[in-house]
Amino acid sequence: MKLTKVLMATSALTVGAGAAFADGHMASDMTIVSWGGAYQNSQLKAYVEPYLEANPDVNIVWDESSAEAVAKLRAMSETGNITWDLVDVEAADSMRLCDEGLAMEVDYDQLAEGNDGSSAEDDFGDSIVSDCFIPQIVFSTTVGYRSDMVGDTPPESICAIFDTEMYPGKRALNKRPLANMEWALLCDGVAKDDIYDVMATEEGQEQAFAKLDTIKDDVIWWTAAAETPQLLADGEIVMGSTYNGRLFSAIAEQDQPIGMLWDAQMLDFDGWVIPEDLPEDRLARVMDFLYFATDTQRLADQAAYISYGPARASSAPLVGKHAELGIEMAPHMPTDPANSKNVFVTQYDFWADYRDDLDAKFQAWLAN
Amino acid sequence: MAPTAADNAFVEFDRVQKSYDGETLVVKDLNLSMPRGEFLTMLGPSGSGKTTCLMMLAGFETATHGDIRIGGTSINHIPPHKRGIGMVFQNYALFPHMTVAENLAFPLEVRKLGKSEREAKVQRALDMVQMGKFGGRRPAQLSGGQQQRIALARALVFEPELVLMDEPLGALDKQLREHMQFEITRIAHNLGITTVYVTHDQTEALTMSDRVAVFDDGRIQQLAPPDELYEAPQNSFVAQFIGENNTLTGVIKSIDGGRCAVQLDSGEVIDAMPVNVSKPGERTKVSIRPERVEINKSRLSPDAHTLKAEVLEFIYMGDIFRTRLRVAGREDFIVKTRNAPDQVRLQPGTTIEIGWLPEDCRALDA
Amino acid sequence: MTDTTSQSGPMLAADGTPLKKSLHRAQRRQKVRALMLIAPLLLFILVTFIAPIFDMLLRSVENDIVPDTLPRTVVALQDWDNASGEAPDEETFRAFYTDFALAEEQKAHTRLGSRLNFEMSGISSVFRSTGRDVGKFDTDYYTDQFVDADEVYEDPVQWSEWMADDGVASALPQTADAYAGWVKVLNEEGDDPLDEDIPDFVYTALYHDLAAGANPPVLPSVDVSGWDDISLKEQFIDSNEDWADPDIWATIKAFSGPYTAGYFANSIDLQSTPEGFAQRDEDERIYIKLFIRTMVMSLAITGMCILLGYPIAYLLSHLPARKANLLMILVLLPFWTSLLVRTSAWKVLLQNQGVINDILVWIGIVSDDNRLALINNANGTIIAMTHILLPFMILPLFSVMKTINPSYVRAAKSMGANDWTAFWRVYFPNSVPGIGAGSILVFILSIGYYITPELVGGVDGVFISNRIAYHISSSLNWGLAAALGSILLVLVLGLYYVYDRVVGIDNVKLGG
Repeated sequence: MKLTKVLMATSALTVGAGAAFADGHMASDMTIVSWGGAYQNSQLKAYVEPYLEANPDVNIVWDESSAEAVAKLRAMSETGNITWDLVDVEAADSMRLCDEGLAMEVDYDQLAEGNDGSSAEDDFGDSIVSDCFIPQIVFSTTVGYRSDMVGDTPPESICAIFDTEMYPGKRALNKRPLANMEWALLCDGVAKDDIYDVMATEEGQEQAFAKLDTIKDDVIWWTAAAETPQLLADGEIVMGSTYNGRLFSAIAEQDQPIGMLWDAQMLDFDGWVIPEDLPEDRLARVMDFLYFATDTQRLADQAAYISYGPARASSAPLVGKHAELGIEMAPHMPTDPANSKNVFVTQYDFWADYRDDLDAKFQAWLAN
Repeated sequence: MAPTAADNAFVEFDRVQKSYDGETLVVKDLNLSMPRGEFLTMLGPSGSGKTTCLMMLAGFETATHGDIRIGGTSINHIPPHKRGIGMVFQNYALFPHMTVAENLAFPLEVRKLGKSEREAKVQRALDMVQMGKFGGRRPAQLSGGQQQRIALARALVFEPELVLMDEPLGALDKQLREHMQFEITRIAHNLGITTVYVTHDQTEALTMSDRVAVFDDGRIQQLAPPDELYEAPQNSFVAQFIGENNTLTGVIKSIDGGRCAVQLDSGEVIDAMPVNVSKPGERTKVSIRPERVEINKSRLSPDAHTLKAEVLEFIYMGDIFRTRLRVAGREDFIVKTRNAPDQVRLQPGTTIEIGWLPEDCRALDA
Repeated sequence: MTDTTSQSGPMLAADGTPLKKSLHRAQRRQKVRALMLIAPLLLFILVTFIAPIFDMLLRSVENDIVPDTLPRTVVALQDWDNASGEAPDEETFRAFYTDFALAEEQKAHTRLGSRLNFEMSGISSVFRSTGRDVGKFDTDYYTDQFVDADEVYEDPVQWSEWMADDGVASALPQTADAYAGWVKVLNEEGDDPLDEDIPDFVYTALYHDLAAGANPPVLPSVDVSGWDDISLKEQFIDSNEDWADPDIWATIKAFSGPYTAGYFANSIDLQSTPEGFAQRDEDERIYIKLFIRTMVMSLAITGMCILLGYPIAYLLSHLPARKANLLMILVLLPFWTSLLVRTSAWKVLLQNQGVINDILVWIGIVSDDNRLALINNANGTIIAMTHILLPFMILPLFSVMKTINPSYVRAAKSMGANDWTAFWRVYFPNSVPGIGAGSILVFILSIGYYITPELVGGVDGVFISNRIAYHISSSLNWGLAAALGSILLVLVLGLYYVYDRVVGIDNVKLGG
């Protein structure tokens, strides 16, 4: 009885607000910040273009600054001149932005319900890693290898990275501790469930670095994810870590002699944050866009352009074929049951606490 | 020491040609022979080839054809630093990062002289140009005249037999320049060195040199002592280039030994001395020095040809009077007369008759 | 003339004013005009250069966030002995509760958590998790008790009147303080304190005031003697057991001042310990190493630029203008290509399976197993940076060489110097100002470069600037970045001073 009243009241409010917005209180310009490249293109195709079709008076400006989003948002906030409306960031960055008060806390009730009737919050589930984060995709950091350089025994386990006898040659790894340290401990015999507890201790960190020491001379450290596929294509490395979408594109789109592992993939999320203190009309436009762009269908559509999984549980069944290659995309999603037998879900709380410390130690380890 | 053949031809240019682009010759068939100890000036307008000749002698340019010899030895294949020639450059080329004494010591150092010997020579050279106290200064702290002296001292400090000077006084004001002209000749003669001096300033050439080579169009137009050059120019270029000169154009009417009659383009006939004209009908330029024109008819021989002249302008110049006349249709005829008590001062607008001794009027090539 | 000189007083101008004064006036007008001419530039430099540098210097020591966010805690912690091995007493936790609850209202607690997390890993999540709980502490018990005792305690308007009363405020110091803090936060957020419910922590403060025996006028009297005494220390520890860890409190106390030397200490591989700053473990030291590497490699790059640039500049300055211009375009080419194009080109050329290694193997200079490592290490950085910065060496060299009178060398030769002596003793010293200017440019630029080293430097080819960039853009530890930047600035100024001493700064010319 009471509940219905509340619901009716809120929906009346929403309708009222919507009407008010439709009255012209929504800004017509919107600056979206993303990563550029194939990923931004998938966003363009899956929801930005359809949204613009439905709202022809809206003008969207892209800014490909996601890599520097955290620092730029802080600078904007300090000068009090927020020029961005919506920013695509990795989950860990959303957490930092939220902590710093640079991103707005999201009311998930203002987003579309799942097509199965579940609330947006339930539909997104664990992918909501911070109060400011509106997830879009699940991606994973995983390992690709040069299929013509591994003989008859292509690697099946992540620990192939550390097996330089079986797989001699250079490896490419991300130049930051995340994923590398988890893998090092896993391959040094630590049980998967204990890894973050072990990593929180000095001894555990030393153990991870000691394991990494065994391959230190064989590693090329990358800072841009595009480097690994290129190094694989050039035959510079035998294997290397990168994002699963990059490997998909090298294998399926460019037909390179590359294979990939799903073992111990590090699942991670990417999504939107809204800068804190947006003017009302701009915020209204952003919320209107997000309601559309993060619904079940739109997120499923995105998978037709890039092999990253939709962050909504309800989108998974709707994932169809690649827009150009026509292949089924579901088996290439990190969340596909066949791929996710052994998965790490990045522990954001752990990394928020230990990122600065472990990064300093990691850099010192690299330099020594 | 008795003069030898090599002494009489200490520096020799033998049929030297120079081309930079392989199409035009900057120096055309240059022949020149200098005795030891001579002060020779290469004079000419810019682009006449004089500096090129100097640079070939110094070794910074190579002759396209012909031979350059010093003391009888061909130097065509000797690099500049082994020629042992002292040189003074247009802007002195004093090394700005060295003191005056270091500048002077430089040629001695590269010759590996001992320190004490070096210092003695440097001091002597500085004293010679009256700059004995300036050894510790930097070139930038010196005036133009002082820099000039240092440049001279530096060119002489290693006692070269031959010194080349490339318009060394060009940057100085008139008074300093005259003083330095005197200094340079004094030092050159005292040391008995052979000097080749390049300038485009004829006064400098006339006052300083034993002989002057007048350059034009890649050739030596005349090579002679200053007085001969002035008084007996061999062609109209030299006559024009050296000193002030009145030129009248006309045609040879008759020629008879040391005399010829020239019919000017305006119709009058005058007497002249044929220099490089040979037969009647030939076009000629006659040249008369302004100070050789006679305005007092009574001083001329009765049979001398005279010309009517209208006074256009009278300029009082102190020691002389300079009068501009209209003569034979030209308005740039200049007469210079000495400021003497009995000298008449011509009034503009009056008409007079002028004349000259036939030997002062040289009929040259047209 | 004789008039003025014979005068005993000051010289007068034509109009009778003292000459000095009128000269001064005339000059002042000129000075004002000159000042107006440079004013735009001055302002520009002030805004874009001086101000940011000051800002950076300030940030490297600034620590306002701790005393601003936790003002009551900082005061309470002064009496706490961090060697005691125990968390502070209940009273400190009461102060901390007020601070924390206020910070949570403003979402400032997570920012503070991130700040302190730079000093001690783990604080960030402690602050975050307690931020979620602090509104749900058992202290709503006090709220209920007061409201049950008298409903007027629920009325924000009434509260506002009470707190405006000096007698009440002085009788209830903790309550007044908590209420004032709350009003301040609401005002900043644009909310009206008369419309909002009084938060639990104000009632908690009221309880503690009353329990301490306060006897305020006006307020309806409430007997609190029988009420439960809720331990805030327990509340916090229930929320996150790490609040019992004295290390957290030691960290807060160590960084409780408005200024800190911590960032600078961190920049030179020191860490704060209870006994003061101490050197980090050897395997955690990095910044000094990077500073040294940055200096050494920048010098190497400068040296390479001199070696490669000098002959080219010499050639350029001796060519006729048209050919020189053409060559100059080639020299400037690196400026015109985008960084990404250049980087991919270097990779194609320099990597193990790259063009240069392929050629060397093909010629037989290098065996196939021992291909040269030319990229993703210090070599890569030096090669790439030399390429990028070469024009900065060539241009000043070229313009200085242009001004060296060619007759210097001729003069030297005429005096008997061979080619080498003439060059080394005469030409080279005169080109030193160009080398100086080029070296300063290249050196300073290479110290500040970080994108190229990041792309091609691998592990041992990255500079201190890469760490600065990381702290600016990734870890948001701007204080540390500012401290590193300040040290770099001081190092550069120091080198500049040494250069001035050794070579002389007059000996630097960009040409002319």
